[in-house]
Amino acid sequence: MSKYKPKTKTGLFKRIAWRVLSLVLVFGLWEFAGRKPISIIFPTFTSTMVALMNLLIDGTLLSAYAVTLVPLAIGVALVGFLGIVFGILMGLYRSFEWLTLPVFIIVQSAPMAALIPLITFLYGIGLGAKVLAVVLMAAPVIVLNSYRGIRNANPTLIQMGRSFLASRTQEIFKIILPDASGMIFAGLRLGVAAGFIGVILAELLITPTGIGDLITYYRALALYPQMFASIFSIVLFASVVVSALQRLEGILFRRQQCTS
Amino acid sequence: MIIFGRRIPMIFALLIWLLVWEAIGRAELLFLIPPFADVVRAMFKLLATGKFYQAVSVSFIAFSTGMMISISIGIPLGILMGRVRFIDELLGMWVNVFVSAPLTAIVPALMVLTGFGQTTVIVTVILFSVWIITLDTRAGVRNINPSLLEMGRSFGANKLQLYTKVIFKAALPEILAGLRLGLIRGVRGVIVGQLLIAIIGLGELFELYSRSFLMDRFWALVIMIFLFAYMISEAVNHLEKRIEFWASTR
Amino acid sequence: MQANTIQNRPIIEVKELSKTYPGRVEALRNVNLSIPRGQLTTLLGPSGCGKTTLLKIIAGLLNKTEGNVFINGQPVNGPGPERAFVFQDFALLPWCTVLRNVAFGLELRGVPGKQRNEIAMKYIDEVGLTGFEKAYPYELSGGMRQRVGLARALAVDAEILLMDEPFASVDEQTRRKFQEDLLNLLKIEKKTVVFVTHSIEEAVYVSDQVALLGPRPGRIMRVINTRLDHAENVEDIRRDQRYLNLVEDLWQILRQYLI
Repeated sequence: MSKYKPKTKTGLFKRIAWRVLSLVLVFGLWEFAGRKPISIIFPTFTSTMVALMNLLIDGTLLSAYAVTLVPLAIGVALVGFLGIVFGILMGLYRSFEWLTLPVFIIVQSAPMAALIPLITFLYGIGLGAKVLAVVLMAAPVIVLNSYRGIRNANPTLIQMGRSFLASRTQEIFKIILPDASGMIFAGLRLGVAAGFIGVILAELLITPTGIGDLITYYRALALYPQMFASIFSIVLFASVVVSALQRLEGILFRRQQCTS
Repeated sequence: MIIFGRRIPMIFALLIWLLVWEAIGRAELLFLIPPFADVVRAMFKLLATGKFYQAVSVSFIAFSTGMMISISIGIPLGILMGRVRFIDELLGMWVNVFVSAPLTAIVPALMVLTGFGQTTVIVTVILFSVWIITLDTRAGVRNINPSLLEMGRSFGANKLQLYTKVIFKAALPEILAGLRLGLIRGVRGVIVGQLLIAIIGLGELFELYSRSFLMDRFWALVIMIFLFAYMISEAVNHLEKRIEFWASTR
Repeated sequence: MQANTIQNRPIIEVKELSKTYPGRVEALRNVNLSIPRGQLTTLLGPSGCGKTTLLKIIAGLLNKTEGNVFINGQPVNGPGPERAFVFQDFALLPWCTVLRNVAFGLELRGVPGKQRNEIAMKYIDEVGLTGFEKAYPYELSGGMRQRVGLARALAVDAEILLMDEPFASVDEQTRRKFQEDLLNLLKIEKKTVVFVTHSIEEAVYVSDQVALLGPRPGRIMRVINTRLDHAENVEDIRRDQRYLNLVEDLWQILRQYLI
């Protein structure tokens, strides 16, 4: 009958302590490796953090992120909407599933990054190219998760609906879609993670703007602390976004997870 | 799909798509998409060139070396994380961060540290694949029914036997799932690494073909890589299905 | 006169029903069964004897291979408003409150919100879940979840309740209480109930008649009248000598079919 795991104060304290210890361990190793040094190029943790602070203060990082996040947001919104609709249709209509599923089965294991060089031919090096890169990387997982969510909707619930005389429309909107929503959202989260990869790859390979260009730029100038700071920031930012989405997922779909 | 009472295998859907591709190519709607027949022809031409084999062998060596290292780190680490509390607490956060982080951004750093060569590609493969293997192995170990471990102990298994004969085997379904995802990510690692370095292996060929507008060869290469990734994934999938029965009765 | 003949006629008639699953698994062979109106009939048998299959065919959730099922003389082609199903694993919508779950059948029929909530509240009360209408399924124990499933089936006011091992996922004490409550409830709600179980005690305790099913392929072995006049007090049944004798008799019959 207990609703949640008891979150006592000591439990929370312990969790934070482990977090801190784990951060200290990894950053300590980084600092050590930088000081030793394992390579004259490898900056220490502290010099990277100083560089990060400076980049933050002079606004370089902020303007770079402004450039990077626009195509990411557009791409995720676009493929989020179209991909989910596509995946839902795949799950609901057998003939549509028959036609499209084999393509997605191949695409889900394929390195879609191989197609990125082609994007330049389609959209040049502007915003469109980056959006397309995001779409290309995020689409498979979003479509397939929506599809699987629909196809794996709890069969007992569907049977229950039928026994209480649900029409097909009621079955879809009152049972299948709500049941699949958790999985669809998870697909969206994985899509955002994949979209980050797409946009960075596009910025490194075809469109020298944004945070990807910052990495290339500092590498060319041999300003390694700044370069590592840029990389650090993007990894940090992406994991904050993705884990925030994961939290949100946990809150939104808690009820489903507890009973099934 | 069922037409006239007969079940038509899904593979035929791919044939339909290839016909659509051929039609688009014939109509010359997009120069990006040459007729599929040309792509097939280019595939055979590629298979006859030494440059292709060189690229494939360089890439395959990078892939297999990287994967071997990745597996031999990932599985033991995952088992340890599943069994030892403080290792899990210490590393869990990082594994979770890196499993979904845009690791592509780290590749340029590798390039300055380990050079524009094979080492960087290998490290990229490891970096892409090791986290998911670790995470899934850990999940597998965590899912083991405690009474199975107690059984092992009560029948006098020593530590080594407990790990090799009970824990590893019981976690095998998840380990294989992690392995499959790890291999898929490893292929991505090779491609991303080589694309960014752009002077070795398949990455060099991609660069060459796209710059000189040899679209048929470009697609021939893409299709072969996609098929390779698919076959690897299917091979592990096959193994997974063979041991599926014990995942349900653990 | 006519009303009388309808009353005497069995509400459910199963005639020469057979069911073969794809892959040539024969689940039922030539099943004939009459289920009298207003009584509780139990389908009893070991696992794999096709009792749930039979129940789901009566419910219209599974297709038959041969034969027919008639409800009030009409052949069954799918689910209907005169039948309501109670599922073994509850089949509650996890994202809906108890109230909405109980009202779900009415919601599907387009009953306006206020009216269906009133009806639902009445049955929530009847199954003893007053105060829990705002709770979500994950906050309830297994027994309480099944009470929600029962209330949902009662709320649509069907003549027939089809209960598929409703207490199988519930612990022993809760089950006993639930069985007693069910009998008391059925005194108020005059329903025809078809009940599936593999527990002999449960079958004898709740039923007016028991249909014994044998396995591979499933078929009816015997139909036994187990009506104990438990109109008086449901708590005394388990001490009744007739109850104890029936349990033993059924076991003697069933054991012949076990290997």
